[in-house]
Amino acid sequence: MEADAAKLIGAGIACIGMGGAGVGVGIIFGNYLVGALRNPSAAPAQFTNALIGAALAEGLGIFSLVIALLLLFT
Amino acid sequence: MTDPLHQFEIHVIAPLFSIFGVQFNFTNAALFMLVIVAIICALLYAAFANPELVPSRLQSVGEVWYEFVHNMVRQVMGEDGMKFFPLVFSIFSFVLVANMLGMFPYFFTVTSHVIVTAALAVFVILLVITVGIMRHGLGWFRLFAPHGVPIAILPFISAIEVISFLSRPVSLGLRLFGNMLAGHIVLKVFAGFVVSLSALGITGIFGAIFPLGMAVGLTALEFLVAFLQAFVFAILTCVYLNDALHPGH
Repeated sequence: MEADAAKLIGAGIACIGMGGAGVGVGIIFGNYLVGALRNPSAAPAQFTNALIGAALAEGLGIFSLVIALLLLFT
Repeated sequence: MTDPLHQFEIHVIAPLFSIFGVQFNFTNAALFMLVIVAIICALLYAAFANPELVPSRLQSVGEVWYEFVHNMVRQVMGEDGMKFFPLVFSIFSFVLVANMLGMFPYFFTVTSHVIVTAALAVFVILLVITVGIMRHGLGWFRLFAPHGVPIAILPFISAIEVISFLSRPVSLGLRLFGNMLAGHIVLKVFAGFVVSLSALGITGIFGAIFPLGMAVGLTALEFLVAFLQAFVFAILTCVYLNDALHPGH
């Protein structure tokens, strides 16, 4: 197989990792909503924590995007 | 269709000088960073030039901006973290205005360049290490040995803690970079669909309504992301600085 074709395939495979980040962010906000509906008075104080968790989960997905971009453009 | 990465190109506006064969130039990135700082200074100066008891609209914006960061720093770091408030406010304002300025068509987004975000992130982590060691001496390294862990698995846990600490500057810088880069590429791709569809004739022009609507929706989403990423960058700075001030888990 040519090296360029392998690079493109690798970039595509690397993007699968972003799906995991999507699942993670969904779980965090879903569980935040579940908790917020059960105890609405405690929800605003925990919104910051939800955002931090979402940012950390999303950062790992961004890693795989960066790997894909590196494969495409270097 | 034009290249979606074309918008991130750096142009030399004015060559300045060269030292030891390294050329220093005034680029569009440098120009936009100066514009960002000028906008922040002008906005805050105009907001607080004539402070009144009943705030005008601009003064309210300035107060909301200030109090938002103030509350964030106090919540995360407590009272003794307030001396880092100017730093966190500067970082938040710079990233926020950079992201928002990038949303204007034909404007350059400085935060979509990994060198800018990585420089900010590495600066934050070096500051965390410096403050931690100045405050607590070598005791700061207890951060890597959490309290109450059995001695048998302590080396294992410490290795994981060290790796997670070292990945912080990487993830902090790449998160902002990746979000801004990906958002602007997606916007450009959908705008490109509109152009290439409407070139197909009358059916294409009607079909182009869908990518156009998508582009409008994505623009709204990008404004949200621009704010959210500035907020996340600032609050993670607070969380990491809190580790330097209070290393006990």
